[in-house]
Amino acid sequence: MMDQHKCQYLLESLSDYVDGNLGEEVCAEIEKHLVECEDCRIVVDSLRKTISLYHTTSESPSVPADVKERLFRRLQLEDLIVKPKSEG
Amino acid sequence: MNEKNKKEDYSLEALKAGDRNEFARLVDNYSAVIYRLAVKMLENPQDAEDVLQETFIKAYKHLKNFDGRSSLSTWLYRIATNEALMMLRKRKYVSVSIDEPIDSSEDDQEPLQIIDWCCLPESELMSSEALDYLDEAVDKLPYSLRVVFLLRDIDGLSTKETSEVLTLSESAVKTRLSRARMHLRELLSEYFGSKIATSTN
Repeated sequence: MMDQHKCQYLLESLSDYVDGNLGEEVCAEIEKHLVECEDCRIVVDSLRKTISLYHTTSESPSVPADVKERLFRRLQLEDLIVKPKSEG
Repeated sequence: MNEKNKKEDYSLEALKAGDRNEFARLVDNYSAVIYRLAVKMLENPQDAEDVLQETFIKAYKHLKNFDGRSSLSTWLYRIATNEALMMLRKRKYVSVSIDEPIDSSEDDQEPLQIIDWCCLPESELMSSEALDYLDEAVDKLPYSLRVVFLLRDIDGLSTKETSEVLTLSESAVKTRLSRARMHLRELLSEYFGSKIATSTN
């Protein structure tokens, strides 16, 4: 059954844990708890998945061509704008 | 992140001397990330465009005073977040503060959604509807958490860089990031949980 105290401790450290920012000893303690507590395991997995979904979907930001053109014009750099290569 | 580090390859001397080609290169490399940050902070493309333009106008004007203590990207992000916050204050007529204390009632908030949705296929996790929901979920975060999440998890800045951009302590950045991530996990669990429930009914 869930050990409320340990679950709470885990939740407080979870973000640092998934980032790999915790010391070996703390990690070992958390991992021991995760073996015993299914709820915390689900929370850890779904937190990891949440972060990874945002990482994946934020890989290639772009700025609309008209926004970029107005920006370069405002900065008086319109002669230096790099247009995206057209395909084909 | 790697892409960010690659972008740091500028001649500061040329930039400070007003070299247009070098400045155009800087603008070209950073306009997309600055624009995205502004759109996500302001939820309004027109306001975001104004912030984008003001950021580079200010950068050009103040480059000669850039002391190099932080990286050029951190410095640009700082200008952009300040511009976005000023815009929020001006247009929404609300008090918006990055360093406001976090609502202590949320301190002990436990996860409510214990649903294992990680097994869903990529087609479901990355459907256009799901991607829209991911965006909407970020918009639901309070500004003080949202901006930290955007800088850390969307733009890939380190904790230290984020603390420099927002002039917050590193521990405050970590606390806010943790809250933001847990909040988003709740929202995504709710959303993907409902998808699992629909498919099993």
